[in-house]
Amino acid sequence: MISQVFILSSKGDHLIYKDFRGESGSDAVGVFYEKVTALTGDQPPVVMSHKDLHFVHVRQGGLYWVATTTADSSPFTIIEFLNRLAALVKDYCGSLSEKSVQMNFALIYELLDEVVDYGYIQTTSSDVLKNFIQTEAVSSRPFSLFDLSNVGLVQKQLSRRLGFFSFQGGKSEIFVDVIERMSVVIGSNGMLMKADVEGEIRVKCYLPNCSEMRIGLNEEFSIGKSQLRGYGAAVRVDEVSFHQMVRLDEFDSHRILRLCPSQGEQTVMQYQLSDDLPSAPPFRLFPTIERDSGGRLLMYLKLRCDLPPKRFSTFHNLSSPDQSAELKPQSRAVVWKIPRFTGGTQLSALFKLEVPGLSSASLLEVGPVGLSFELPKLTATGVQIRFLRLSPVQPGPSQRWVRYVTHSDSYTIRI
Amino acid sequence: MIWGFFSLDGTGQINQVMYRTTHENSLLSSAGKLFPASNDWIFQQDNAPYHTARAMSQGVDMSGLFSEMVKACATVDVVQKKLVYVFLCSYAALNPELSLLVINTLRKDCQDPNPMVRSLALRNMTNLRLPSLVEYVEQPLTAGLRDRAACVRRVAVLGWAKLHNLQPSSEIDAAVVNELYSLLRDPDPVVMVNCLRALEEILKDEGGVAINKPITHHLLNRLKECDIWGQCEVLRVLQRYRPQSEDELFDILSLLDASLVSPHPPVMAATLSLFLSLCSGQPAVNLAALERVRGPLLAACGSGSREMRFTALCHIQLLLRSIPGLMGAHYKRFFCGYAEPAYIKQRKMQVLVELVNDENVAMLLDELKGYCTDVNTDTAQAAISAIGRIGRSYSDRCLEILTGLLGLKQDHITSAVVQTMRDLVWVCPQCSDTVCFALEGCEETLQDSQGRQALLWLLGVYGERVSSAPYTLEVFIDGVRSEASLGVKMELLTATMRLFLCRPAETQDMLGRLLHYCIEEETDMCVRDQALLYYRLLHCGIEETRKVLQGRRSDPSLGVLIGRPAEPVSQWARSFNTLEPLRQGSIETESASRGSPEHTTFDPKPNADLSDTLDCSHIEKVHSDSDGRCLDSSADILASSVAAPLSLSLFPALSPEEFERLWLQQRALHAEQEEAEEEDFVWMEECVRCPTIPCCSPQSLQAAMQLVNIQTLAFTPPQTLPWRVYLYTHTCLDDSPHSTLILGELLYTGEEPQKAEVNKGSADGEVGVEGTEDEQARQGTEATADGGQETVKVTLRQQPRDDKALKGFMSILTTVLHTLSSEKA
Repeated sequence: MISQVFILSSKGDHLIYKDFRGESGSDAVGVFYEKVTALTGDQPPVVMSHKDLHFVHVRQGGLYWVATTTADSSPFTIIEFLNRLAALVKDYCGSLSEKSVQMNFALIYELLDEVVDYGYIQTTSSDVLKNFIQTEAVSSRPFSLFDLSNVGLVQKQLSRRLGFFSFQGGKSEIFVDVIERMSVVIGSNGMLMKADVEGEIRVKCYLPNCSEMRIGLNEEFSIGKSQLRGYGAAVRVDEVSFHQMVRLDEFDSHRILRLCPSQGEQTVMQYQLSDDLPSAPPFRLFPTIERDSGGRLLMYLKLRCDLPPKRFSTFHNLSSPDQSAELKPQSRAVVWKIPRFTGGTQLSALFKLEVPGLSSASLLEVGPVGLSFELPKLTATGVQIRFLRLSPVQPGPSQRWVRYVTHSDSYTIRI
Repeated sequence: MIWGFFSLDGTGQINQVMYRTTHENSLLSSAGKLFPASNDWIFQQDNAPYHTARAMSQGVDMSGLFSEMVKACATVDVVQKKLVYVFLCSYAALNPELSLLVINTLRKDCQDPNPMVRSLALRNMTNLRLPSLVEYVEQPLTAGLRDRAACVRRVAVLGWAKLHNLQPSSEIDAAVVNELYSLLRDPDPVVMVNCLRALEEILKDEGGVAINKPITHHLLNRLKECDIWGQCEVLRVLQRYRPQSEDELFDILSLLDASLVSPHPPVMAATLSLFLSLCSGQPAVNLAALERVRGPLLAACGSGSREMRFTALCHIQLLLRSIPGLMGAHYKRFFCGYAEPAYIKQRKMQVLVELVNDENVAMLLDELKGYCTDVNTDTAQAAISAIGRIGRSYSDRCLEILTGLLGLKQDHITSAVVQTMRDLVWVCPQCSDTVCFALEGCEETLQDSQGRQALLWLLGVYGERVSSAPYTLEVFIDGVRSEASLGVKMELLTATMRLFLCRPAETQDMLGRLLHYCIEEETDMCVRDQALLYYRLLHCGIEETRKVLQGRRSDPSLGVLIGRPAEPVSQWARSFNTLEPLRQGSIETESASRGSPEHTTFDPKPNADLSDTLDCSHIEKVHSDSDGRCLDSSADILASSVAAPLSLSLFPALSPEEFERLWLQQRALHAEQEEAEEEDFVWMEECVRCPTIPCCSPQSLQAAMQLVNIQTLAFTPPQTLPWRVYLYTHTCLDDSPHSTLILGELLYTGEEPQKAEVNKGSADGEVGVEGTEDEQARQGTEATADGGQETVKVTLRQQPRDDKALKGFMSILTTVLHTLSSEKA
């Protein structure tokens, strides 16, 4: 049960406030912001309480999405709800930022009104909601220097269409995205200490009428350690779970997922793989760290990209046209940005750092190196979409997109 | 907007902030200038609901516009209607009379052919929250329950709950309740779930909606139709159901199996919660369910949303309390990502500490070592103390890492390391040599008071082994004038006193200076009193001082134990899937800021140091909450069973070596001459029937024993044969001034007892345990009837002899064992 929902900007401006049960006063917003600002650190704890008021919040798009609730309610439900709400707002308004929320406040109130009644979640399905939501989304100017909150770590080249519910008559499109997140730890001796991949298949459907859709995965896709299929190199994952609307009658024999996609975005399948990557990790680092005669710290980093040559290009922290490096004294880190990195090549960098009071022991303090990157057209597990069939056959021009991308969730190389 | 003032300001952006500041600054001040004489001026606004509602959502008080908004709601534009309703619901409470005007429009809308308009009107009618309007709302709500459109029925059902809560004292209309029950069979799943929610609220006083067998099975069958929110709600309500037979229970469980491994964490958590409450009597099923959710929980730990990760982590910590090995093979999933926020990293480290075992300890420590130099000092300190926790089981490796960290000479790292070493030494005295060696020279980098307190404590307790201890203390004493921290001063006093006891020649002079300063110049009363106390203590003589100051060097409650006990699932089942587990951690980390280890109470156990003499009849006061019901009941039983006021005490403490010496020496003597003639001690053997004691975890046994002030010294691990426990205590009868020492052994061989016999090794056997004898005989026969290898042999040794006390002790011990075994069974 949720008694209030509010959205705050990072500076504490009230963007949206809705009280569903009228049980606690509207000063809750102030209390919450006081608590947030009183704490140091990068993010306050997810659950905070003030007397018998419990705040649960998530941060998305630089905003605080907060729900107040009772102590016995399920944190899983509330956090999932807040995430879902943020996703809905993003679907309707095109992006999540202080500005877009401010401009679309009427739409968000309307949304909240339909999604929650008397603190009980009614529905969050975009199929149902599209019948009720009447307000048109207002777009913020797409390119604005002031709108910095849109600039994320990783450039969104899979940019979302703005407010897709608003213009139904437009192009009919369907996107099937295979998104993987890697978390890798490579030891100082170059040994792979941990490699996890969390993957999902996401369907974004903007087709006016689509009764059934069939997604074929690799024939040799196998689950668990024992099961092996096909003759080629097996594509193996440890665990798989499906959305409840997916019918699996052809999955065992032909690796085909059947589903009736609803409008909007949904995660059809999630899978994970631990420790047993089919290929070598995409990046290796060869660091040399020493102290030069002038008491400076020398870091010589050689970074190698082990992807097949000429097939893939990779991005690190894209934001400038050329390589650049920057020292961030606050977080005591050097940020090296590489806009484009071709497979099979190698990059080197030499950093000289003036460190006051450098001792030989300080060398032990250097590290680890964290990489954040995005690899388009590649999945670490090798999962591929064999085909995508829609029925009934779509009249007129419809566009189908199958996209693969691998993100670094956490790619750490110890020194 | 405010056009008149706009031209004065120049054309600026029209945004809320401007709008507001224009109102506040320009409008009011200009009005004051233009119409200085009177307040009689009119503010004209365009009254577009869009503007008003927006300004309201920014927190501007727009209640003055209420009457205009009332008029605006009679529009055909649905978007405008919705906005007006948002406004009206926010301010209705301030204008009850004007709100009456809205009701007519709303009631008219309830007849609208468009179901969306109907549901909108109905929802907002009930959202006005005005008790005076109830009479106008009831009729449309009743009609709403029978509406053709599901969306109207959804609103109407919840509307009754809102209405009821507006007037909680009013009678519950039985017709409405019946209608709501029948709507549980509504074809729309959301209406069904809303009915459950509404009935829960309306029938709150009767304990919520009635969950009987037909309703349960109806709900379970329709579970698949609901979306995840509905499923969670249904699963939560079903927790109250008690299946009538085991077959039914397993039918339900197999229906629920699919949702137990649902990819949606809310459904998975709600299902597990339901499992735990349905099978509360079947621990094996519970454990199997926990194994089953491992996959989904781990997946949630890798979720894209940080908050979801955090929630899953907190719940995994709960699960680990019952199955410590549950995640052992998956420890790598808990390695921290470099971009994760500090609060997730700290939780992950807490989990990692739990997962450590012989195979992964090297990897784990390597990983944790990497976190120790984290930029975030909190994370670094958490990593260091995590290594310290692992050090309780793998002390050598951990000490090596900790000592290495001291070499970095970073003040926050050094401080954390010294504190961690102090805590480690307190539980593992065998580490003290390495620690003492490592301490040399680290005082130069220590800055904060916590770290210095820890260092001082270590220097005080192990001063004789750290060669430079006096010099370090001297530096502190020379700087005591500029010392700001009270804690450091107090610790300095104690440490200097302790050092004086073992190295008087080097310390005497500086102790004198310190005491002089503290007594003569110090302004803080606590420090002054402490100094005066020590000063007077020194007057009493060196032996007295030694007695007071040479306290324990290690935690007396920890014997040979390592790791945590496996708690029964019921301990935490109630807090599963609530906000509780997410909040606990913050408290745990706070406890890191503390002084010397003697002053902390570990866990819920009453600290032996603090409760030196504890009268059994007053035990209720001492036990703390989380150890829970078993202690409560045992305390009650104890209070009633002990007739003679007998107190047990742990003081003076007995070292394991001393125990061994006494035990073996007398044992040998005892074996030599069956009829021991010695006057000052007595042997006694008894059999106590307590079937499950040997399976009981050493920790719970220890905790229970400590509660009645019996100290357990050593254990064999549970489930091993023969199973032994050694324990001791001091007894003191109220009427006799002197106390006696009792040593004891519990032995369970797993074999048939020869005969329930009471074997007293004392000369005069008439001192009565007749009652016990009878009881034992009876128990013995019962035991044999049960197949009877379930008795634990208790051997006790008392010195000096005091049969009354021994008998009292025996009855306490028996009660504790019985309580524990009934708890287990």
